[in-house]
Amino acid sequence: MAARSAERPWRTPVVVLLAAFLLLSPPLLSAYWVGLLTQAVILGILAMSLDLLIGYTGLPSLGHAGFFGVAAYGVGVLSTTYHAGVWTSIAGGFLVGTLLAALFGLIVSHVRDVYFLMITMALGMVLWGLSFRWIPVTGGDNGISGIPRLEGLIGLPATGPVPFYYVALLVFAVSALLMMLLVRSPFGLTLQGIREHEPRMRSLGFNTWLHGYLSYVCAGAFASIAGIMWAYYNGFVSPTYLDLTASSELFLMVTLGGPATLVGPVIGAGAIVILKNVMSAYTARWLLILGIVYIVTILWAPQGLWNLGKRRSG
Amino acid sequence: MESRKATVRLKPDTTYDRPADAVSAFRRTSVVVAIVALITAATLIAAQTGTPQTPIKIGFMVPLSGGNAQNGRDILNGFLMYLDEIGYRAGGRKIELIVEDDEAIPAVGLTKARKLIERDEVHVMAGALLSSTGYALAPYITSMKIPMVYPVVSADDLTQRRRSEWIVRTGWSGSQPNHAFGEYAYRTLGIRSVVTIALDYAFGWESVGGFERTFQAQGGHILKRIWVPISVHDFAPYLAQIPRDADAVYALLLGRSALQFMRQYQEFGLKGRVQLIGGGTTTDEHVLPFMGDEALGTVTALHYSAALDTPANKTFAESYRTRYKKIPSYYSESMYTGGKWLIAAINAIDGRVEDRQALVDALRRVKPEGLPRGPVELDQYGNPIENVYIRRVERVNGQLQNTVIDTFPGVSQFWTFDPARYLSEPLYAR
Repeated sequence: MAARSAERPWRTPVVVLLAAFLLLSPPLLSAYWVGLLTQAVILGILAMSLDLLIGYTGLPSLGHAGFFGVAAYGVGVLSTTYHAGVWTSIAGGFLVGTLLAALFGLIVSHVRDVYFLMITMALGMVLWGLSFRWIPVTGGDNGISGIPRLEGLIGLPATGPVPFYYVALLVFAVSALLMMLLVRSPFGLTLQGIREHEPRMRSLGFNTWLHGYLSYVCAGAFASIAGIMWAYYNGFVSPTYLDLTASSELFLMVTLGGPATLVGPVIGAGAIVILKNVMSAYTARWLLILGIVYIVTILWAPQGLWNLGKRRSG
Repeated sequence: MESRKATVRLKPDTTYDRPADAVSAFRRTSVVVAIVALITAATLIAAQTGTPQTPIKIGFMVPLSGGNAQNGRDILNGFLMYLDEIGYRAGGRKIELIVEDDEAIPAVGLTKARKLIERDEVHVMAGALLSSTGYALAPYITSMKIPMVYPVVSADDLTQRRRSEWIVRTGWSGSQPNHAFGEYAYRTLGIRSVVTIALDYAFGWESVGGFERTFQAQGGHILKRIWVPISVHDFAPYLAQIPRDADAVYALLLGRSALQFMRQYQEFGLKGRVQLIGGGTTTDEHVLPFMGDEALGTVTALHYSAALDTPANKTFAESYRTRYKKIPSYYSESMYTGGKWLIAAINAIDGRVEDRQALVDALRRVKPEGLPRGPVELDQYGNPIENVYIRRVERVNGQLQNTVIDTFPGVSQFWTFDPARYLSEPLYAR
């Protein structure tokens, strides 16, 4: 790691600046901008969780928004239909998302590359279909609205965008720390070994299936955390949380920011949230601009913004 | 410098860049950093500068990109046309319209509503197309106490079991014209048995539910209910399920699915054998110009038709056609009327839109005259009481149109039922 940061000395100051910005700026910003930052940090958790798969394990998932959405539905159903308490709802959302990842992992973990992409995409579509058609539980197309606000429920003295933002930032910081520890642990290094050369890892005696499976479950668990926060942030859940568009936008956040960096996907998530909302206020052609941004990134920084200046490996 | 040379020679695989690469990489990096810094600075400046509040700010959102963009564009067009007619002035103040694209995604709609209300500080909101967006916005609108006009969103419960005092609907509720149509189909069209084929989501269920209720109350039979996914591409598997001895097929579709259905209905030999009736969107003017003879004779019910023969509608349709080079759809009319409604309310309180309670009260109270669709007033639940027109597709002067063949005046969302009892029953579902 030391050699890598020496190679790109701009990284450390950028991280420090970003952290300072996220920590200090919200009280100075208007409610709208605090809302956008909240979206950025929640989607940042989600993008980092996908980075565990795409960047570190080399498993390109196109159904990752599924766990995010299922956890959000968990919170939605528990807190509105069953009027469950806030901790029950959070635990329920987390469990349902994580258990689903554990179940799907059994199906997807023995395939790689494009097959992995296709199966995860198919499973993501199944979840979307379920959210759309299982009307007694999910409310179908209309979704579930009326999820109570989080700040009051967990006993914060103040409510509003800023307190919620700091809750989201805390969850973000803890998740980021855990994921960082995960990828630097021997387990995380094994995942990167699998990404680089799976047969070699297997011949060294590693159970590569189990490692792939566990990384899928971990990614699902962190995605569930993001989903819970998203449900409380918006106050409603709808099938668009877990459709293919959501999954592919998430995929773009990771590739735009730079896979296998954890910081990169957060920047990608932030960039997409800010770009979408700022540009669409000024021009109806904002999709075109977003498309140009993607193309420019692919041409100039094919390994993502955070990997700028890194020599291509292999 | 010397050491790098040595390193390169010794370890060709090292991660150090060659000088040329290093320079260009540095340059690229600094360009990107500069761009990001500029964007950040620009957005921060934009965030901090506010404008003086003399004009009345109206926040408006519809889908302007994606599959529903055309419908969204029609709604916006109607509004722009009306604002032009009044010169962007009401209650003695200038009107500033801020338009946002909600992409037909509820979460995006909510973000845009937050932007309009918290950043642009609009006085009143209007818009939304999909029911899902309508439901997602409602709790937020209520919590912010901002008056909002829903010109199109037709989900029944928005003005029934889950209504908000801050939301006023100037459009319709999904089952409203269908209550009237169920009775008409039995009594006047003489239909006794029907197969329904409808898009499988809330709008479809509520339309079919309303039709079924009054049709069956008259003594009619529903032979079969067919639900098609909203992403449907091919109707063959569904058309094959239709029994040929049915008196009529009731179709509730819109957009591309309506075009596809009409074509295949004819190809399957059903046209001419089984009468086609349906919800108003199936032959609405947003798809009608793209249909051919296969659509002729289809009877549908809606609260508007571009062919409605009244002076107010003729003027509206004519100037809309001149301005946009196409016939107005019910979406176009929705926000022309919605705009008229909003401006009438603003005028009624002399432009004092800062008093939101007064504005929302005025929105519920006003009764603008000369609306293209005919007389409208709001019931105490915030839903319009308006005419329902029975329309038949005919070709006039070479163009297809929805000729009005019958009118149910002043139809309420509760039809003839008692509101309290109606509301104690569950919402129409599959």
